[in-house]
Amino acid sequence: MDSIWQGFCEAVRLLAAGDPEVYEVVLLSLQVSGLATAISVILGVPFGLWLALNEFRGKQLILSFVNFGMGLPPVVVGLFVSLLLWRYGPLGMLGLMYTPIAIVIAQAVIASPIIAGLSFAAIGSLEPKLRLQFLSLGATRLQTNWLLIKEARLGLMAAVMAGFGGVVSEVGASMMVGGNIRGETRVLTTATVMEVGKGNYEMALALSFVLLIVAYGVVAILTYSQNGRRQDAG
Amino acid sequence: MKKQVTAVIMSLFLAMLVLAGCGTKAPTAQQPAQPQVKDVILATTTSTQDSGLLDVLIPAFEKKTGYKIKTIAVGSGQAIAMGEKGEADILLTHAPDAEKKVIESGAAINRRLIMHNDFIIIGPAADPAGIKGKSAAEAMKGIADTNSIFISRGDNSGTDQLEKKLWKQSNIKPAGSWYQEVGTGMGQALKIASEKQGYILTDRATYLAQAKNIGLPILVEGDAKLLNIYHVMEVNPAKYSKVNAAGAKAFADFLLSTEGQSIIASFGKDKFGQPLFFADGNKTDKDFGL
Repeated sequence: MDSIWQGFCEAVRLLAAGDPEVYEVVLLSLQVSGLATAISVILGVPFGLWLALNEFRGKQLILSFVNFGMGLPPVVVGLFVSLLLWRYGPLGMLGLMYTPIAIVIAQAVIASPIIAGLSFAAIGSLEPKLRLQFLSLGATRLQTNWLLIKEARLGLMAAVMAGFGGVVSEVGASMMVGGNIRGETRVLTTATVMEVGKGNYEMALALSFVLLIVAYGVVAILTYSQNGRRQDAG
Repeated sequence: MKKQVTAVIMSLFLAMLVLAGCGTKAPTAQQPAQPQVKDVILATTTSTQDSGLLDVLIPAFEKKTGYKIKTIAVGSGQAIAMGEKGEADILLTHAPDAEKKVIESGAAINRRLIMHNDFIIIGPAADPAGIKGKSAAEAMKGIADTNSIFISRGDNSGTDQLEKKLWKQSNIKPAGSWYQEVGTGMGQALKIASEKQGYILTDRATYLAQAKNIGLPILVEGDAKLLNIYHVMEVNPAKYSKVNAAGAKAFADFLLSTEGQSIIASFGKDKFGQPLFFADGNKTDKDFGL
């Protein structure tokens, strides 16, 4: 127990003292996972909306793939992205392997199905007549979609948080496509694994707490805005 | 209020996008007039990173030349495999047999001796297999005969390759519940051995760097078979045109320069009271009878 408490104190100290290397790692984690989440929102929310609003043959099949994708193992994603991005892979000419962009790509692949699946669930659980009501009141299709997104915002916000939480805490893909390069692709999770490898358990524990604090901070901001809006709307 | 919150969230994401953009641009802005291709991918064994040696060597090299070393610390087996596919520029490994093969295949060139230390066999202080002070071959036999827990890296790293070789030389095919392959880096494997009170073969540098966490004393050392030699190889640019040959050569030359060799020779003296590696820049394989 003592060492866990010490780790927590060390984490607070690291953040307060402004250790530049730790800040760099924290900042990169936020940038990479934030960007990956943003991309996943742009891809996943419209896809979930489309899936929820349209009936067609094969919908169940697509849905089953989306649901399957929500549990994609990060190491498998990492391996596939590596194969694509390696110098002598099909996208090798882009020179993206072992860069932050490579981690963003892998994390976006991981988060997109999560956000699409939960968006589908959020919009699918709305009262079905709502859409007809909006349309009959003279809203255009685009306006109707926007109104539906606003109605489902609680569920959509949960989708964003699940997506962000999934990628910021993921280590397998980041390690494989990023390489844990100091000052370049070292994020909180890969740094933690490395410190464990080095036997620096205090540092590993401190980084873990920093990760928890950072992840909680982001989720808290989102939750706060979610509730603020609900009270506002109510 | 609703709009404000939406605006806040949107601006948060925008800020992240902007920050991410800056993050990738900043390094090029900081160092103008540098080598044409700055990034050099170094595939290496975990012991050079886990011992902390690279944390000293690489900044010194980068400061001097303007190159940027991207260290991928994996086992020697995987590092060499990366070289064989042209996915790395330079290899720093400690698996002599595998290294010779990759040189013969033409995937890598300029194999040069950098440094050495030695492997040791550590185990529980009670020493149930009674191997203390014995030779490596006798120790392996003793561990197998008594079915004492032995932790194997099991990841085709340099350490793993040597371990397999030692078993083979003792005519033992390790199998059974006492022989546990963990498939992790050296540091993590040491911790597992310590928790399970098992025997393990380790390089001395990682052991010394971690000794404070590991409750296992050194039982076997000093056997000529336990020599641990690190070589550097450049991935062959004639075979893989995308390799940063100039950067790779610069780093290899730096490792062998007076400055690089003195960093290696003094590394660890202040912290452990003894050097973790012995610099061998002026030696060849023949000096070690290889």
